[in-house]
Amino acid sequence: MLDADFFRRWMTATAASVEREAERLTALDSPIGDADHGSNLQRGFRAVTATLEKEAPDTPGAVLTLTGRQLISTVGGASGPLYGTLLRRTGKALGDAAEVSEEQLAGALRAGVDAVMTLGGAAPGDKTMVDALVPAVDALADGFTAARAAAEQGALATTPMQARKGRASYLGERSIGHQDPGATSSALLIAGLAEANGE
Amino acid sequence: MSDDKTVGIVLVSHSAEVAASVAELAKGLAGGGTSVLVAPAGGTEGGGLGTSAELIAAAAASVDRGAGVAVLTDLGSAVLTVKALLAEGDELPGNTRLVDAPFVEGAVAAVVTAATGADLAAVEAAAAEAYTYRKV
Repeated sequence: MLDADFFRRWMTATAASVEREAERLTALDSPIGDADHGSNLQRGFRAVTATLEKEAPDTPGAVLTLTGRQLISTVGGASGPLYGTLLRRTGKALGDAAEVSEEQLAGALRAGVDAVMTLGGAAPGDKTMVDALVPAVDALADGFTAARAAAEQGALATTPMQARKGRASYLGERSIGHQDPGATSSALLIAGLAEANGE
Repeated sequence: MSDDKTVGIVLVSHSAEVAASVAELAKGLAGGGTSVLVAPAGGTEGGGLGTSAELIAAAAASVDRGAGVAVLTDLGSAVLTVKALLAEGDELPGNTRLVDAPFVEGAVAAVVTAATGADLAAVEAAAAEAYTYRKV
């Protein structure tokens, strides 16, 4: 079973990898975006880390809803409401249980990904974070390591895609050949699950 | 018409200058001295280009007179942030709506309509109708 501590470790592991990869995320966002993805997420996850320490939420659902709310408030770009909605909706789906199973987490995360697709209007194949998140959620039944591999694979698979959502879509065919920054940061988020579990 | 029952208007842009200028333009074209409350929420809190949930929430609260708040946005994160705040439930005044409208023309239509004392649905319809005015 997964308790609030696990979810805090998940968020701090993600914050650490965002910190580590911020320059790379911004570099990926330069040719097809507005070159702020890394710095935006860095600002958001720094605020998340501070808030989790200060407010010490004590259920899995509360950790994620607080994180989501903080990301919506502090990121400043489209990834704020998108990641914020993902984690808030996942947290709400977990309710106020003190511990949840991996199956419950997988179901809740699917609800979160569905909410992201509704909010942004993106489907798999549009060269967005959805291309990492959907295969990751599908692979969760086989464990966190499998989900991490699926998310990384999904992020790599965005390179030959043409963007159909967000600012990159204005570039049309010129968006082809670049890995999507949002799918890349989504793979960091999923990798955080495996890290929180000591995998 | 009672002044304290007009619909409030919030203009959300990636740029503080764009939001503030469109607010001035809309109020100016609505006729001087309009009592409609129009609040710009542009850029990030640090003054850069982007969207601030805090500025949006503060702007919406500042124009809420109980008759509803119409929010117009430019694009991308401005749209997504308002939608996420609306889904949150308690971040914006109860009767707040994201209005699907062109930013400049919609803002003018919304302010002019709100100034007549129209309700939120009428303000929303007028702003959305601005999409149908072709220029060529």
